[in-house]
Order: sequence, then structure tokens, then C-alpha cells
Amino acid sequence: MSITESKLDASQAILNTVVPAGEPWIGTVKAGQRFRIVDLEGNQAVDTLFYNAADSEERYSANDTIRIQGNIYLTTGSKLLSNRGNTLLTIVADTCGRHDTLGGACSAESNTVRYALDKRDMHSCRDSFLMALAHNQYGLSKRDLSSNINFFMNVPVTPEGELRFADGVSAAGRYVEMYAEMDVLVLISNCPQLNNPCNAYNPTPVRLLVWN
Amino acid sequence: MSGTTPDWVLWEEVLRNGAHWSGIVRRGTTLRLLALEKGANLSVTFFNSEQPLERYNMADTLKAQHTAFLRKGHVCYSDMGRIFCSITEDTVGWHDTICGVSNAAAVRARFGESSFQQQRNKYFKNGEDSLLTELGKHGLGARDLACTVNFFSKVVVDDAGSLQFVGGNLLENDYVDLRFEMHTLIAVSSVQHPLDPAPAYQPRATQLIAWRSGPAPRNDLCRNLCEENQRGFYNTEVLYR
Repeated sequence: MSITESKLDASQAILNTVVPAGEPWIGTVKAGQRFRIVDLEGNQAVDTLFYNAADSEERYSANDTIRIQGNIYLTTGSKLLSNRGNTLLTIVADTCGRHDTLGGACSAESNTVRYALDKRDMHSCRDSFLMALAHNQYGLSKRDLSSNINFFMNVPVTPEGELRFADGVSAAGRYVEMYAEMDVLVLISNCPQLNNPCNAYNPTPVRLLVWN
Repeated sequence: MSGTTPDWVLWEEVLRNGAHWSGIVRRGTTLRLLALEKGANLSVTFFNSEQPLERYNMADTLKAQHTAFLRKGHVCYSDMGRIFCSITEDTVGWHDTICGVSNAAAVRARFGESSFQQQRNKYFKNGEDSLLTELGKHGLGARDLACTVNFFSKVVVDDAGSLQFVGGNLLENDYVDLRFEMHTLIAVSSVQHPLDPAPAYQPRATQLIAWRSGPAPRNDLCRNLCEENQRGFYNTEVLYR
């Protein structure tokens, strides 16, 4: 895994906000702007979806991104592709080294399958996504929730095809930075998962920054 | 239906020339996907036919079963913690879940221009438009099209995360049986896998064969593959009580 740092100065950012664990965030990043997510305390999963801000039917596609770059992991140089094959954003800096495309978002329903039937009442990413959409005017709904990126998550696949939720490769202060190739709508759930050892059962806040 | 069809078959359908298809398969029905020629691929996605907002979820399918591919014993999960179908028989052993389908631009770039005017029903189809066409027949569209399973195709991932298409995964008369645990709308494209390196556009013929099998018994292999699947079956069965 390679590490690429950014020279951008946080004091120059036009957005600098903290998203607490378990909270969603929705906002727009314009073409040409840079968007950074900082893992403030380490090994936090940041479940993220992107849409073409002008036409939300065009959205991040995990399958297209994986197939066209020929690799399941995201890092510096990875293009985040849409379901129409266009580049939404390009990763331009990454001090973590690897981000997940396969693990998707937790939900109340999938928690009942993965952990126990009585976990349904626990907070989840897909509930956060839906609440963010319910309180915004973008016209998006459950139909628009496709397979998301998990920034800072380490989900390796073995040559035998086994999928693992491995110990994190991130740490406090590591970040990923993207260049927006078009105006994009960003939908984030800062993951509230309390059942998974990969975040030491401790969801933590992240910082979002945008530069012109 | 041909005159040689056994009487236990509910219906059958042959897909040639990269044809696409959709239909409703009810709980308790098994659908065999049969390769009439080696090298075939069937890209399939699933919806709850009574509430199509509930659809196949790649990540939930993979996470629950700790796998990046599907084979006998695995099931296909919806985004609501339920199971659309179970793989009860499988002569192939590896079905791709992560590569998605081709699109018009990719097929044009790879195989050249093609049109119905010139080639009639051998014109070049692509997975995305094929599935969108089928979804349109049920009032669904691009917003509803998420991930697919590419039955019959094998793509492995190396330690660095790179994909490799594995040829020779499928022989003539290989098949996979899907026992449906929910009333399911399925949409199918039979065009080549997008990473199949075959130099020519040449989708291979496949056949769908349906019969009444009943739902999963208590001692079912798929139900008992892992504790996650036992809970997935519980969630599914609650819906039909």
C-alpha cells in the first residue's frame, strides 16, 4: 500500500466540519474542488455514496469502479466511476492506503442476519442514509441507495474468494482526499456499528474539508 | 414448450443471441440455469415482486457468508435481511458477484459498431441496456438497477486486489439450481461477462427451467451453511406467515 500526502492547508478550506459517529452528512462538492475525509481517531468506517448533482440517476457504481480499474481496493489514482462510466471523483491523496468497495452499509435488517435477531433496534448506516434523505430536498429515496464505499475500512478478499473484515489499516489523523470531476452530491453515514471488532467496537467522529 | 419437456417442468425458456428475459418466480419454485454451450454467462438481479424497493444486495450477500463469490450452499440476500434464493445444486463452483455488467460504450469499443438494421437479432447487446429494458417492463428503471450476480463466470482477486478472469470455468451442460425463498422478480441478461477476453462478440446459449420444489426443509444445506443464513431464513419465513 502506498501513501500520498496532500499539501493543502486546512486553514484555507471553505468547509471544515466534524461529523460525529452515528450521524449522516449530505452536501455538494463542485467540479474542481477537493474533498477530504479525516479519520480523527482511527479505524472509523465512513460509508459514502456519490451522485451527479445535476442528475442523481447517475451515481457511484461499485461494480463499474471495481471492473474498470481492475481492482477491488481504492487508493490514490482510483477513479470513482458512475453507473454511466463517467468519473465522479478521483482520489488524489491517501494516507491510509486502502479503502473498501465490497462491505456496503450496515442496516437494522442486515444486523439481524450478521449478529443476532435482537440487534434490530441498534442504529445503522442505512437508517442514517434514509433519515438524511427524508430531511433533504434532493428527491432521493431508498431506490437511490446502491453499494457504497467504506473509507478507511479494510475488507480483504483472498485468492480463494474468502471475504474478511480484517483489522484496520487506518489510524488517527489519516485521510483520503478526492478531486471532484463534476458537481457531486455526497451522502455519508459515519458508521454507528457497535458489533464489529474492526473499529474496536468504538465508532468515532470524522472531519470533512473542502477546498476550492 | 417442446414435446420432450418432462411433465414436472413448469416452464422453460431458451436464451440465444445474448437475449434478455425477466419474470416472476414464486417461493417454492426452483429455477435451473443451464449452459447449453461452454463459456456462457448469465447476469441476474433480483427484486421482491410484491415490493420492488427490496432488491438484491451484493454487500449483504457477501458479508453474511464471508465470501466474495457464490457456489452451492450460498444464498442471495435482499437489502432487508431476507433471502431471494438458495443455490441448491451447482456443477460450476464459482459465480462472480463483483464485476457487474457491460454497457453500450464498452461493447462498442471492444467489438465495434453493430445495429439491428445490419445484423438483425444478432446485433450486439450489452448487459446494462438489456437489464434496463427488462426492468422497464415492470415499471423499474436505472435508479432500481444495482448489482448483479454473473452466474457461470469466475473472477479471482489476488493479494493486491487485482481482478483476473478465469477462463474454462464452465462446460457445456453445467448448471446451477436456484430455489426461490421469496416471490421474486428476476431480470436476466445472457451477454458475455464484461471481462471475458474472447476476441469476438459471441454470447452463448443458455436455458431456464422451472419446477415446483417446495421451500427449504429444516435440514437444508443452505439454511445451515452458517448461523447468518439460519437467521436470514427466519426473516424470510416471517414474511410469508
